[in-house]
Amino acid sequence: MAEKAKIQPRQNRLSRTTLVEFVAQSWSYLFLLAMVIFFSVTGTGFFTVNNFANIFVTSTLVALMAIGQTYVVITAGIDLSIGWTVGLASVIAARTMRDLVNGGMEIAPAMLLGTVAALLVALIPGIINGILIGRVKIPPFIATLGMFGIVRGAAFLLTDGQQVVGQLPDNLREVLRAIGSGSLVYLIPGQGVAWFARPEGLEPAVIRGVAPLLPYPVIITAVIVVIFAFILGRTKFGRHTYVVGGNQDAAVRAGINVKNHLVWVYVLSAFTAGIAGVLYLFRFTSGAPQAGEAALLQSVAAVVIGGTNLFGGEGKISGAVIGALIIGVLQTGLVILNVDAVWQFIVVGVVIIVAVLVNQAQAALERLKTNA
Amino acid sequence: MHEPILRVRGVSKFFGGLTALDNVDFEVVPGEVVALLGDNGAGKSTLIKCISGVYRPEQGDIYFQQQQIAGRSPSEVRNLGIETIYQDLALAENLDVGANVFLGKEKIKYLFGFLPVTDDEYMRREAVTVLDKLDIHIPSLKQKLVNLSGGQRQAVAIARAMYWNAQLVIMDEPTAALGVPEQRKVLALIKSLREQNIPVILISHTMQDVMAVADRIVIMRRGRVAADMPRSEATEEIIVRHIVGSAEVGE
Ligand SMILES: Nc1ncnc2c1ncn2[C@@H]1O[C@H](COP(=O)(O)OP(=O)(O)OP(=O)(O)O)[C@@H](O)[C@H]1O
Ligand SMILES: [Mg+2]
Repeated sequence: MAEKAKIQPRQNRLSRTTLVEFVAQSWSYLFLLAMVIFFSVTGTGFFTVNNFANIFVTSTLVALMAIGQTYVVITAGIDLSIGWTVGLASVIAARTMRDLVNGGMEIAPAMLLGTVAALLVALIPGIINGILIGRVKIPPFIATLGMFGIVRGAAFLLTDGQQVVGQLPDNLREVLRAIGSGSLVYLIPGQGVAWFARPEGLEPAVIRGVAPLLPYPVIITAVIVVIFAFILGRTKFGRHTYVVGGNQDAAVRAGINVKNHLVWVYVLSAFTAGIAGVLYLFRFTSGAPQAGEAALLQSVAAVVIGGTNLFGGEGKISGAVIGALIIGVLQTGLVILNVDAVWQFIVVGVVIIVAVLVNQAQAALERLKTNA
Repeated sequence: MHEPILRVRGVSKFFGGLTALDNVDFEVVPGEVVALLGDNGAGKSTLIKCISGVYRPEQGDIYFQQQQIAGRSPSEVRNLGIETIYQDLALAENLDVGANVFLGKEKIKYLFGFLPVTDDEYMRREAVTVLDKLDIHIPSLKQKLVNLSGGQRQAVAIARAMYWNAQLVIMDEPTAALGVPEQRKVLALIKSLREQNIPVILISHTMQDVMAVADRIVIMRRGRVAADMPRSEATEEIIVRHIVGSAEVGE
């Protein structure tokens, strides 16, 4: 029967994984590694536990924002508002905790309530973004740019125009610092480890060598990374995120509720920004409207460096985390090398452009391989 | 004569000032292949999108198995058993074959008994089964569709529609990107659906295909049904006259 003819595949000649391909696929990991080696060799004090802990802690802010941003960018969107959402969350958390403690509440419940309040308030810009983008069909760039201004204004209103929330009670700051600057495990050179808090009563010489092994902000961020990487990579919600970004019409026709999905994605983006804001308060014991201002574009950079396609449909949380670490290593490394801070901007800018070029080359390579 | 399984009554659809569908009546009975013909822009795709839930018609009713479906969502319509192969295929080209066959209906399994995750292995296996049944071969099943040829992608869209045991299959130019042997396969597929008493709405510009498989021919012109005739009464000449509109002029 003539109908028996097969729809023939093209032959796959280049099926072996070549070195080029390996480099193209994992270049961001290799680049991170290369930079670590470079700075370790050239910068004194770079290759220390203390410095690595510092890099990880510093990177949590960008990493957390980049997690939500990854979801958004996979749907072919962008969220410009999260920088100020970080600030808003830190301000809400700081004010709530301060007022509750000053009102006589115990520290722990006050901190819990402040955290919950900050996260809930942080969701509001996300919900509005999602509705504007998913239902009213306003382009993401415009909707979140508007929200950028609104949230910025709201955050400054809550500090009466000041750069920080007014003085927090000392006992509250102490507990915040214990978490934000603390570590689950400390390495004591030559004496093993200490748990939960920086060990006391040591010789001054030993104290200088004590290094945090698992800082709390890093643990918290790692938990968030694992949860959101799981949701994106393994669940139906994650799959639908890729479908919406790959072909929105196809998503609608396949029966996916695209409008609601987009709302959830922007809520999620605001949520990770909210976490970042609360963490900022813990780390710096102050709430500041501009807490995430500089980190916004870095979060977009991290997402792009991590291989997420700005046109949507492709991307991974692990990539965004690597991207955030690359930026963290660059910044710390350049400081240690005594390079003027302005060079950071230039270097990060170059890395972003190289990232996009490499990712494009990789896509071309993949196509070549299939169609060869 | 069978009761119609699908009944479109007085459906109109407007895009701004443009009347894409103008009071359309249209029926399909079980086991028949209805060819929907018409010029570019006649309203064929718009009509089937009203049926499949992509568009909500401004006027009129659509009944499928006696249930009103006009204005229902695409997922509701799919769940009632209508599968559609769209002219633009409606595939997520950034994903693999398994994900596309199960688009919007992902198979879930429980990790550690409680964490719901997509069962990608299962979906890939099932995709292979349906592709094999259709005699379609895709080189690598983990391949994103963007790396497949146009014909292979069309095959995936067809496979998806076939997988879900539809009660009614709608095909909007399903053979446009296919080679001659593959076109024949699709025609054989349509015939086998008819043998299983599953009706098909086939939109095609290929007159030969239409003449080969259709039981009835409906011709649209400027958003209206211009003619509706059994295959036995149709000749290419009559069809063409209705498509270009000279039949009405002559009357
Ligand atoms: N989403 C839309 N928005 C505005 N106008 C539309 C839309 N979809 C279709 N139209 C218009 O409606 C009319 C009917 O289009 P339709 O796609 O149904 O034609 P068709 O018969 O499928 O044509 P073809 O054979 O080229 O596929 C055309 O004039 C088209 O421009
Ligand atoms: Mg059409």
